[in-house]
Amino acid sequence: MSEPAPEQARTADGDSVVFLDQVVKRFGSVVAVDRLTLEIRRGEFFSMLGPSGCGKTTTLRLIGGFEMPSEGMVRLDGQDVTDLPAYKRNVNTVFQSYGLFPHLSVYDNVAFGLRRKRVPAKEVERRVVEALELVSLAGYGKRRRSQLSGGQQQRVALARALVNRPQVLLLDEPLGALDLKLRKQMQLELKRIQKEVGITFVFVTHDQEEAMTISDRIAVMNNGKIEQLGRPEDVYERPATVFVAEFLGASNLLEGTYRGTDSGWGQVELANGVRIRIPIERDRKDGESLRVGVRPEKIQVFPVGTEPPATQNVVPATLRSAVFAGVSFQYFFQTAEGREMTAFDRNSTGGAVAKPGDAVRLAWAPQHTFVIPVGEAESSAQPKPHD
Amino acid sequence: MLLFFLLPIATLAITSLESGDFISGFDFTWNFGNYSRGFNLYSEQYLHAVEYGGSATIVALLVAYPAAYWIAFHAGPRKSSYLLAVLLPFFVSFVIRTLAWETILSDNGVLFGPLKSLNLLPNDFRVLATPVAVTGGLAYTFFPFMLLPVYASLEKIDRGLVEAAQDLFASKFEVFRRVIFPLSVPGVFAGVLLTGIPAVADYVNQDLLGGVGTTMVGRVIETQFEVNINYPLAAALAFVFMLGLLATLIIYQRIFGTEQIMGG
Repeated sequence: MSEPAPEQARTADGDSVVFLDQVVKRFGSVVAVDRLTLEIRRGEFFSMLGPSGCGKTTTLRLIGGFEMPSEGMVRLDGQDVTDLPAYKRNVNTVFQSYGLFPHLSVYDNVAFGLRRKRVPAKEVERRVVEALELVSLAGYGKRRRSQLSGGQQQRVALARALVNRPQVLLLDEPLGALDLKLRKQMQLELKRIQKEVGITFVFVTHDQEEAMTISDRIAVMNNGKIEQLGRPEDVYERPATVFVAEFLGASNLLEGTYRGTDSGWGQVELANGVRIRIPIERDRKDGESLRVGVRPEKIQVFPVGTEPPATQNVVPATLRSAVFAGVSFQYFFQTAEGREMTAFDRNSTGGAVAKPGDAVRLAWAPQHTFVIPVGEAESSAQPKPHD
Repeated sequence: MLLFFLLPIATLAITSLESGDFISGFDFTWNFGNYSRGFNLYSEQYLHAVEYGGSATIVALLVAYPAAYWIAFHAGPRKSSYLLAVLLPFFVSFVIRTLAWETILSDNGVLFGPLKSLNLLPNDFRVLATPVAVTGGLAYTFFPFMLLPVYASLEKIDRGLVEAAQDLFASKFEVFRRVIFPLSVPGVFAGVLLTGIPAVADYVNQDLLGGVGTTMVGRVIETQFEVNINYPLAAALAFVFMLGLLATLIIYQRIFGTEQIMGG
């Protein structure tokens, strides 16, 4: 069934440490991973982001060897490992529930993998001590799981995986069980450790903020496919599909028609005749239906009597409600054509800029406008492995 | 505690030091002779109890552990059906089940009769009235007491630990040896106690499946109590037996103590 894939040549390039080639995973009649092709580069912090059931954990388990693909091929460091069971792969995992052995001490937990690999006792000791230091748990070796907090268990799980110096470290929502403060702290900690050891991290999360904070590249997944893959800034600022736009934070999407270019900008006409300028990224057909979007924090609100700069995109709207959130106000608007829009405004003036029911104008710089084609691209067929 | 434990034990201890007989009545006389007499007369039966009860426990463990393991890890959604199938025979009174074994194993019965007439077995071959029959009967009788605690301990092992071990390069055998077995030790510990204690004290199996040469101390105590009506001697035998069991338990607990494993 596996015809030679056109991407195969790319694995020759020593930069790819994980390569999934047209991988399909079915559970009964459910397709969990759908013809997924994915390349993860050596030394990067790679995240798979998506809602539950999008296939991200299954993809991770396919790399780890806990699931075998129904179709396709899995390569590690250029080597075909499709049929290798988990214990024969040079890959380690930090599990969501940590999976620390309750009958073993912290030390023995961390030493577990090295001992299975028959590493000499002297070296085991040196490396275990080193790994515990790396996760700031030096001196915790004699403790047991029951004597550790959630955050400490998480660190032990990390040390237990890293001590084996795997080709790839897989992390399955490892921060999910921690409270918010500890979670933020561990995000930075993970990033630091990843830089220090230089091992490729593949991180699964459903938290978009976490993924953006921590990753070099993000694959946004939905329905077993990658919707978009790229650097956090690109994925956030230039979402390629409606799903990505809405999953990565709030977004405002307006429908319009392409009307050619003018003075260095593409022109989009909205239903009510308002014109929006968009960056020219590629050739578009006149009359093509488009969605244009803008992130809420890019929008500036101009109440009656103030004039937005002529260089900006301007959409008239009515304020529906304002929510005070301390550092910012969140405003909800309705445009003349009945669309909902929302904006964040840094609370710099110490009060809302308008009252509910007021007519306002919403303005933003044209370069902050992103464009999503209407139609087949709503769920983009193939990601570009090289963004 | 006082009413149901200390009081009966005190009564037992007092009875064991009485002398007299059933006709003229028993008096408390610090009669330690009951103990020396009991020991001299029946040391062989004590040994039998330890020997048969002990081997029965080992046999039960060797059969129950793989069965429990298979049900817990490989029976899938039909776990409870398999468990029920294993336990169903034990809904019948154990006397009837033991009698059934007696019928099956009898010298010219349904099993050995045909084999002997076909000359596949020598004519004097027998299982009944041998230690093998007694041990097997005991192992069979107390099988559920071994299976259930072992199953319970295997069943509650977090499947994530198995994956974690595989992730850390442990093969199937090593997953069992390093993770599953150590975590099932509390169940084995409980199973050995629940099987071993009634097995060494049992007197029905050796009565129905054993012979003159396989008498265990439980049978002796029962005879002294019910047939010979020698309460003091029966009490002395029982008291020694109890102390012996207690000592074994303490040693057993010291060696295989479970606190270490339970913490977690």
